[in-house]
This record gives sequence, C-alpha cells and structure tokens, in this order.
Amino acid sequence: MLFEPRIIGFCCFNCAYSAADLAGSMRLAYAPAVRIVGVPCTGAVEDAVILAAFEEGADGVFVAGCLEGECHYRSGNIRARQRVQRLRRALQEMGLDGERLAMYNLSAAMGSRFAELANEFSRRIRLLGPSPVRKGGGGA
Amino acid sequence: MIVAEAKPLEELLACLEESRRALIVSCSGCTAVCLTGGAAQATSLASRLKIAKRINGSDLDVETAFLLRQCEPELLPAIADRCARADVLISLACGVGVQQLAEAYPDKWVIPALNTTFAGSYAGEGVWEERCGLCGNCVLHLTGGVCPVTRCAKGLLNGPCGGPADGRCEVDPEVPCAWILIYERLQAQGRLELFTQVRPAKDWRSARDGGLRRFSREGMSRE
Repeated sequence: MLFEPRIIGFCCFNCAYSAADLAGSMRLAYAPAVRIVGVPCTGAVEDAVILAAFEEGADGVFVAGCLEGECHYRSGNIRARQRVQRLRRALQEMGLDGERLAMYNLSAAMGSRFAELANEFSRRIRLLGPSPVRKGGGGA
Repeated sequence: MIVAEAKPLEELLACLEESRRALIVSCSGCTAVCLTGGAAQATSLASRLKIAKRINGSDLDVETAFLLRQCEPELLPAIADRCARADVLISLACGVGVQQLAEAYPDKWVIPALNTTFAGSYAGEGVWEERCGLCGNCVLHLTGGVCPVTRCAKGLLNGPCGGPADGRCEVDPEVPCAWILIYERLQAQGRLELFTQVRPAKDWRSARDGGLRRFSREGMSRE
C-alpha cells in the first residue's frame, strides 16, 4: 500500500540539525516525509514529547543526536539512546511496532549521511504502513 | 522515601475497558523522586493509554492532575472538579496516596498505576534500594547505622550467618552482607563490643502483625 508517511525527526542543533542543513546546502534530496524539530540536545527530548508525536498520528519518529562521546552536554545523547530503547519496548506494549522509533548519531559535517538516514527510515516506515493511531489520515 | 514501580500497561488497560474518561493524578512527593509518579510520568502515561486505546478501537479521554502530595488530605479537594468529570481515577502515588484519594472521592473507582515496593533511598543514578522495614523498633544505634532487618536477607540480629562469601550475601552475590558492613562500620568507630554482644529476640509487636498501626503525638493530638 502506497502512502505518504509522516515522520518527525527530533534533531540536535549541535549536530543532526546542522547536518540536515548541510544536506540542503549540498542540494541532496531526501524524503519529504521527514519533518524536523530542532532541539538543544537529544537528552532534552522527554518521553512525553516522543509519545505526543505518535499520539498526534506520526507514522515514525527518530531522534538524531551527536556522535557518542561528542555530546555538548557530555551524556545527553547516551540518555536519549537509553530512552529510545525503553520507549521502543513501551510502543510494543501499546500495540505499535517498536521499529517506528529510531535513534541516530551523526556529526554536523555528515550532510549526506543525514540524507541517507532520512531515506532509509522513510523506506522502513513505508513498509510498516500507516500508524494504527491515525484515524482517516487526518492531522499530523 | 517510598519507592514505587510502574505496573505493566496491560494491567491498567484491563481495568479501563469500560471507562470513557480517566483522570491521572500524579504526586510530586516520593514517587516523583523515584521517577515513576511525577508530572512527567503522568503526561507520558496519559499518552500511552490514549494510544493503546485508540489502537484497540476505543477512545479514552484522559486528563491529568498534578498534586504536590497525594498523601495529604488537605491537598485533595483542589482537584474535585476534575475528579467529578472522570469515571475512573488513576493514581501515581504510593499506596498511602491511593488510599487518601479513594477516601476523598469514595464514589470513584481508584486504580493504582504503581506497585509500592519499599521505603528506601537513592543508591546511584536511577537506582533506589530498600533501607527501612518500618519495624517500629529501631536498632540502628547498635549496628553502625546499617539496618539488619532490611539489608540482611535473613533479618538476623546476631549475624553474620555462615553464608557470606567475599563480603557478599549468599542470596545474591551482588548484595553486600549487611553484617559484614556492620562489622566494618563498628570496627572503624572502635565500638566492636557492640558486635560481640548477643542480642535477645527482637520485639516484633511494633511491626505489622498487630493490625493497623496508629501514632498520636502527645500534646498535638485531640485523641
């Protein structure tokens, strides 16, 4: 089934957000399904924020932070990784596929890697189909 | 502080099959400190319940109310309007808070979202450990400040038993033997004579076997 997924990417301003910016400057095309939300650090992306995205009908959510060991706040990205792992299990409990949530690490210089990841995640979500939380395709 | 752990979502969902409108009541006391019952956890639980219910084909309207402490009866009337709108109340407090909420709103079904596990304290980032068995007859002055009732798997008053190996408990090699900790603490304080004294059987009448425990402070209570 072909559908246009809605993907929210929580991207750290210090790395992934800049990488997305760089991808744009490099004129790299990546999945238009990805909507980026800039955050000061992935460690600041609380459970409730990720869950709210799914509650509002997101088909997939990814959190993209700095490379491990490179967090500007020392361990925000490690916390984010643990949080994502825990929430993937929580999604299963709710009846959502844990694969709809992912964590990526990249630096501000990895523009092409960002485009690759966005495309890869978008493909994964297309295969999984629309989120069962969505009702009649309305609202994002 | 009182430490409590979240119940599995499935268990809560089973209680909410007939519900249309739920109110989650958080507590900013102990359960917020152990990251299971505070405002953030209430918001997250509301989302999880709504998502799970929607996937199951039914809608649940979930509101959240944040209380400073659920175990204080004076604080509970503040959420009366929201409680009136809900057909079920979900408490994120310890068992004390759950009961206070149920007492304040006796016509409502109150569901505990947590399992109250023990009285304990911080034991490292994201870890809490039992420290007090609420036995009502404290011996910490005799044991170097290490509680043998909770920290010794056998609750011995004259330890250690023959089980510890390398300072670790035979029940769990991750757990230090309480009586070896007591020995080391008393030795450092130069008070090892306390260690060699044989303690008679503890008076357990102050513990849970005598029914409901009640305390009235002389001069303050009107009883």
